[in-house]
Amino acid sequence: MKWLDQIWVQNLCLLAGYGLLARLVVWGLRSERWQTAWKHLRRDKLGLVSLCVIGLYLVVGTLESIVLPSASGSVTLLQRLTAGIPQEKSYSAPLATTALSVADPKPLLGRHVLGTDALGRDTLVQTLRATRSALWIGGLTSLIYIPLGVLLGLMAGYYRRWVDDAVQYVYSTVAAVPEILMLVAILMVLGKGLGSMAIALGITGWVGMARLIRGETLRQVERPYIAAAKALGQSDWRILTRHLLPNVMHLVLIKFVLGFSGLVLAEAVLSYLGVGAPVGTASWGTMIDASRSELSREPLVWWNLTASSCALFLMVLALNLFGDSLQRAFDPKRGA
Amino acid sequence: MLAYLIRRLFFFVPIVFGVMLLTFVLFFVVQSPEATARRVLGQKATPKSVENWLHNRGYDKPLLINTTPGQPWHDSLFVTQLGRLVTFDLGTSDVSGRPLREIFAQGALPSLLLTVPAFLVSLAVSVALALYLVFIRNAAVDFMATFLCVALMSVPVMVYVIFGQFVVAQVLNYFPAFGFEASGWSAPKFLLLPVALMVVSGLGADVRLFRALFLEEMGQDYIRTARAKGVSKARVLLSHVFKNGLINLITLVVASLPFLIMGSLLLENFFGIPGLGNVLVTAIQAPDFAVVQASVFLGSLMYLGGLLLTDLCYAWADPRIRLG
Amino acid sequence: MLSLRNLTIDFGTGQDRVQAVKGINLSIGAGETVALVGESGSGKSVTGMALTRLLPEPPAVYAKGEILFEGQDVLKMGTEELRKLRGGKIAYVFQEPSTSLNPVFTIRNQIAEAIRLHRPEVNDIDSEVVHYLDMVGIVDPAKRISDYPHQLSGGMQQRVMIAMALACQPQLLVADEPTTALDVTVQAQILDQMRELKKRLKMAMLLITHNFGIIGGIADRVVVMFRGDIVEEGTTEEVLRNPQHAYTKALIGCIPQLGQRRKRLVTIDHSILG
Ligand SMILES: Nc1ncnc2c1ncn2[C@@H]1O[C@H](COP(=O)(O)OP(=O)(O)OP(=O)(O)O)[C@@H](O)[C@H]1O
Ligand SMILES: [Mg+2]
Repeated sequence: MKWLDQIWVQNLCLLAGYGLLARLVVWGLRSERWQTAWKHLRRDKLGLVSLCVIGLYLVVGTLESIVLPSASGSVTLLQRLTAGIPQEKSYSAPLATTALSVADPKPLLGRHVLGTDALGRDTLVQTLRATRSALWIGGLTSLIYIPLGVLLGLMAGYYRRWVDDAVQYVYSTVAAVPEILMLVAILMVLGKGLGSMAIALGITGWVGMARLIRGETLRQVERPYIAAAKALGQSDWRILTRHLLPNVMHLVLIKFVLGFSGLVLAEAVLSYLGVGAPVGTASWGTMIDASRSELSREPLVWWNLTASSCALFLMVLALNLFGDSLQRAFDPKRGA
Repeated sequence: MLAYLIRRLFFFVPIVFGVMLLTFVLFFVVQSPEATARRVLGQKATPKSVENWLHNRGYDKPLLINTTPGQPWHDSLFVTQLGRLVTFDLGTSDVSGRPLREIFAQGALPSLLLTVPAFLVSLAVSVALALYLVFIRNAAVDFMATFLCVALMSVPVMVYVIFGQFVVAQVLNYFPAFGFEASGWSAPKFLLLPVALMVVSGLGADVRLFRALFLEEMGQDYIRTARAKGVSKARVLLSHVFKNGLINLITLVVASLPFLIMGSLLLENFFGIPGLGNVLVTAIQAPDFAVVQASVFLGSLMYLGGLLLTDLCYAWADPRIRLG
Repeated sequence: MLSLRNLTIDFGTGQDRVQAVKGINLSIGAGETVALVGESGSGKSVTGMALTRLLPEPPAVYAKGEILFEGQDVLKMGTEELRKLRGGKIAYVFQEPSTSLNPVFTIRNQIAEAIRLHRPEVNDIDSEVVHYLDMVGIVDPAKRISDYPHQLSGGMQQRVMIAMALACQPQLLVADEPTTALDVTVQAQILDQMRELKKRLKMAMLLITHNFGIIGGIADRVVVMFRGDIVEEGTTEEVLRNPQHAYTKALIGCIPQLGQRRKRLVTIDHSILG
């Protein structure tokens, strides 16, 4: 996936991603259902707080995703903003003034809020930079699995008969392979990288979406408005996109948010297993992997593990909480 | 019921075929056998050694159908692979050359010793906690508990393991934090910590799910009937809600079995337990494609077996299915 | 025997509060049958369930008033007292028999549970179960007791519900639309059965329905509810012959004919009622 590394491709992808998200939200908010959900959500403090946290992560991830040309090829905006923080020789504790070395504690070039890692890089900066991997995996995978799952789910539920049989057969087959095995197998063949990780997660991820949408479509098709649309002679495509899709879109949104948290976790686990993020890409999973042995060092190095774990935890938590809030907002009766 | 099961088994045949096709495409089409050979043999591989490696494994046959005159059409890679999997001939490891059947058989026992107790304990604990939450039904406690569950869910498995291992081994200086011996009574000593960690790591998701399930059951008409009869709250839960909830729980539990594999995969690697998960992680790092390919096939068979088991349990627990 | 004084029931609190019952007064004497009539959503079921505090709290809140059963306020009873009251003194038959019976227990199990709770002196529970099933007109009850609910027809399921309620020998039976979910012919059979049982057992009954057509011959008195309020009250004959309130007149106008099962056949024009 060399072309993914081009500067303008990355910036353009970022822009397109945000554009798509904004377009979908604006389109959704036109419907009455989304508006009432928004009213509910506005009263949900926990939901708003988690939305803000997600927003912060988005800002950090975006800063790290905007690529600028530089003398040595390219540099991200976040890197440029943090360029003033000096690089040390090796480990140093949070806010320490000397290096972490019992024998020869040399004075440091600067202060580091969360200390430095084995290569002397600032832990806080590294942790923030890793946000990018998580967001890109979540975004790219969603771009693969959501259209696939929604389209197949809608078609299975609307056409039924052999279309339904075929879709069910395919997703039963994919679901029959335990997810982690499937991911590992695909990634081993495709090789490490954010792109292949997104493809692997997309291949396993659409099943859940297709199931959900198929079920809801089967329910919706029974409703009189579909019969009315058919009686008016509207084309299948129009019924699918203008009538059915808007009525399942809120489920897609909820699944997107909750699925995003699962993807962020999966990215960390896969990177940890050594089939995920490529060498040199900052990722919480690889950071956790690298800092694992630091716990048995003397003196103990705990800040790398803690920082990456907490950053990962907070993001997944915020996504999960926000997903739950959305669910409650769209369906106040059930989501107690 | 028997007819239903047989129909179900027939339904599995195309799925197993689909899985075989999927793995074949992945391991022989997306990545050609030559590429596999080169990755396994490493940089130093000569064209001769690659050819030998391919020939020894029969990977040099035509892909789908053998069109070479004088050779039978079915002497192709796909047909031979299919035939081998159908007869459970899993082949040999790419790296060590040991029969895979042997490797998997060896790994099965430690894996089962880890996952089965963990599964049963976590099921019991989460069901009990979920029932308790439904029983007290207090807004503040509910909020706290749901929040806690989501928080527990949001911690990645490896963080649980690293912190667990650190606290127990280095701070408390207690368990053997690493290694495994299956002989005699030493296995429990080694398994206690991984089992405990596995239970804790799954707790949040399970309690939340089961609580929702039992709450939904609480809203049913027959629960109202039971309460109107004067049945006490505890008995309503333990008898009426529990038995009905259990039926729905069965499907969810089997759906979570693949996650069990995932959890144990990391745990076994961490604790040096020579189970199936460890076999897989070693294979990823090697890389050993034969092991991964066979794992995919066996894993899906296990999943389908689990589905069949769900059906049986369902029928056993639900009179509406058992009696027609 | 039972009297409600200024009973007010809310659902939810604060902004989302809905008042389902608005300060009603109602009394039922021993052995008396009262029909509680009103359209869907008028608060009949809520009133019926409130008698033994069956409504789930939250969202239900018993905001005001009291429920006196034999001089004791139900709203002040403890858990144990409430348990004895439910089923033992006031028993229920609900609308939807197919979902009101627990699908995973046999009929014997479900009726026996009630008997064990309220009549510990009974030794031979099985024969008691058979006795009550026989009383409600189930053919060959000894064979039926080990059936599961799904093996019975709707009418039979409702008979089982009635048997379960009667098995505890309650003083008051609250029947919440006991026949709405059933076929018309079965409806008539069940109503006949209830009429006969009422005479035989001499217990009081609160018959909740939206249908004036079924109360003749059973109810001594009629109470009409509208939007959580009681708008009319009187003997069955009086009300049927000479309804006072416009709403009652409209309700009587929609007594369904034989062969019709659906609710709300005639839409009531609320604007004329104020
Ligand atoms: N669990 C609940 N939560 C919120 N509101 C409720 C609840 N149960 C009942 N209500 C409210 O109480 C009102 C009265 O409901 P109730 O069930 O008593 O009507 P009903 O007269 O029995 O009608 P039906 O003929 O449909 O049974 C309803 O309009 C509803 O808004
Ligand atoms: Mg009602």
